[in-house]
Amino acid sequence: MPHSLATVRALLDRRLIFVTGKGGVGKTTVSAALGLVAARAGKRVLVCEVAAQERITAAFGLPPTGFEEVEIEPGLHAFSANPDDSIREWLYYQLRSRTLAGLVSGNRIFGYLAAAAPGLAELVTIGKLWELAQIERKTPKSAPYDLVIVDAPATGHGLALLQAPQTFGEIARVGPIHRQAETIHAFIRDPTATAVVAVTLPEEMPVSETIDLERRLDGALAMPLERVFVNAVLSERLTAKDVEVLEDTSGGSAQVRRAIGASLAAYETTRAQRTQLARLRRTLAAKAVTLPHLLTPDVERPDLDRLAGALERKL
Amino acid sequence: MSGGSLETVVRSKDVVVCAGSGGVGKTTTSAAIAAGMAARGNKVIVLTIDPARRLADALGLPAVGNEECRVAPERLERAGLDGNTSGELWAMTLDAKRTFDELVERNAPDAATRDAVLGNSIYRQLSNAVAGSQEYMAMEKLYELHQSGRYDLVVLDTPPSRNALDFLEAPGRLTRFVDSRSLAFFRASGGVGLGLFGRGAGALFAVLKRATGLDLLHDLADFFNAFGGMAQGFRDRAQSVEALLRDQRSVFLLITAPRAAAISEAGFFHDRLVELDIPLGGVVVNRVRRRVNVSTGQALEDALSVCLDPQLARKVSRNTDDHNRLADRDAENVERLVKQVGTTPTFIVPQLSGDVHELEALATMAKCLLRS
Repeated sequence: MPHSLATVRALLDRRLIFVTGKGGVGKTTVSAALGLVAARAGKRVLVCEVAAQERITAAFGLPPTGFEEVEIEPGLHAFSANPDDSIREWLYYQLRSRTLAGLVSGNRIFGYLAAAAPGLAELVTIGKLWELAQIERKTPKSAPYDLVIVDAPATGHGLALLQAPQTFGEIARVGPIHRQAETIHAFIRDPTATAVVAVTLPEEMPVSETIDLERRLDGALAMPLERVFVNAVLSERLTAKDVEVLEDTSGGSAQVRRAIGASLAAYETTRAQRTQLARLRRTLAAKAVTLPHLLTPDVERPDLDRLAGALERKL
Repeated sequence: MSGGSLETVVRSKDVVVCAGSGGVGKTTTSAAIAAGMAARGNKVIVLTIDPARRLADALGLPAVGNEECRVAPERLERAGLDGNTSGELWAMTLDAKRTFDELVERNAPDAATRDAVLGNSIYRQLSNAVAGSQEYMAMEKLYELHQSGRYDLVVLDTPPSRNALDFLEAPGRLTRFVDSRSLAFFRASGGVGLGLFGRGAGALFAVLKRATGLDLLHDLADFFNAFGGMAQGFRDRAQSVEALLRDQRSVFLLITAPRAAAISEAGFFHDRLVELDIPLGGVVVNRVRRRVNVSTGQALEDALSVCLDPQLARKVSRNTDDHNRLADRDAENVERLVKQVGTTPTFIVPQLSGDVHELEALATMAKCLLRS
């Protein structure tokens, strides 16, 4: 498509990209592949997880990074954000004393508050993500990134993460939290700085959830869904004519009948995928980019290269 | 251990909790188990969180939540889910916010307290928050439905959380939040006697004051003041819910799919559930592809060429190869899971053709799962 080269540049030229979508659609894989594309284009990139599962480094065959920015390939860095470390770091910036920060974060009541205060974990997490994406970093001895890609939580929780600064800006009406929340919110809402993309599968529930995500993103944050990556799209070998021929084929050995049966079932699956893809494209304002089904047991380094290649070609 | 019937696992239970990571078919599995057990003559309700529109339509669920709806017997009959006429299938979609409000209404000592809590800005954020409150309220509703005594079996489809075990931990977290000890901290918002609240309490108060302004501290103090009288009620309730989940009458099922990532997560959750001493009845693996028994590559292509033109024979042969690659991948993943979960039984649901959001497909799935 002629528009795509320019638009993917525009996408990867943001400072912060949130990758969200329904559980199990491949958000981590797509985040890692996007990171590879940007790093190959010469950018200094950070791919950041928030679920503490450390699946990105695992896909690269590396040990977990924890709350530490680690270069895993030339230009490509990984990091895993978690609320506990984020809040300790935030307290330190507020109090400018490790002792005081330790005292406060060790307090039992603070523990209760931090664990259950609505949206607090999301606020400190997005605060850390914002910090990572700044040109002027707060973290001592840190260098700025051209791009931070967030492997964000699934739809509802992902939205809660994006909305946390707005929510807190409203709860705390004055003071530093109010100001910080407003600053982060403004950065997220700035279309030259931040983009939200979704990963989905060509199946009913993931497609419905993507359509719902675009609507809710617009409603809650007045933000567009920048792009949708439709993962695991199967290629179709059979034509409608082939199907007719196969359906009319009688006889043949048992294995021939089984193979034809499997082929016709596969055709049904790809047809169902097409239907869902068409529904997605019909309903969604965002552009949908398809990615091939990998047909491999687990996502490993060569698979990421294949996906990165597909993204480079398609975007 | 693999195979066997899930019916023997759930037959003697009052509560079935279906847990697992996102996108593995939790809602469909919950509905299929409920439908299958209803067809065996039980009065069953399935509590769903966010069903696909077509599944909701198939069950005849209204758009609004928190309403117990009976699935019309004619629908079940048409789908072949009418084995025993004394059975009833009911369904409900959870409305977390409304469940929380009802809990406050029930626990409030008087109308003034109730209104103070429901109108408090902190409470509104708390009850609307996705993280935590949905999990807590799913447990609350499960307990309520069980306590009502109206059902032989309650099947819970757990919320899509960042972590599949959040629903176990959320009630405790929220209870500790509204616990009287943290309440007293904010009541002492003048700063007098803060030392009672442990080392760092004074500094914590100063940080909160500086970072959020006094307004927020007042909102919090109001919230905890209003909540004060109800904390005990919430604590008692959380204990009862926890007791029910650990009771002999309850069983957890771990739901997963044969994708590598889902299998790894299921293995992890399995170990955690065992560690937490949660009664785990088995692991259900959905959408498992079965290998087609054919010879490979050229041999198959040659066999196909007997009745198909060479080009089409090649296409069919390649399609079959792809299918078998995926089936092998599924088999490897399932094997890995079976090894990890040890003595916990696993139940395999083959990939079903057709639309799993129709009652007929639920019937097929129920037969796979509950067959004797």
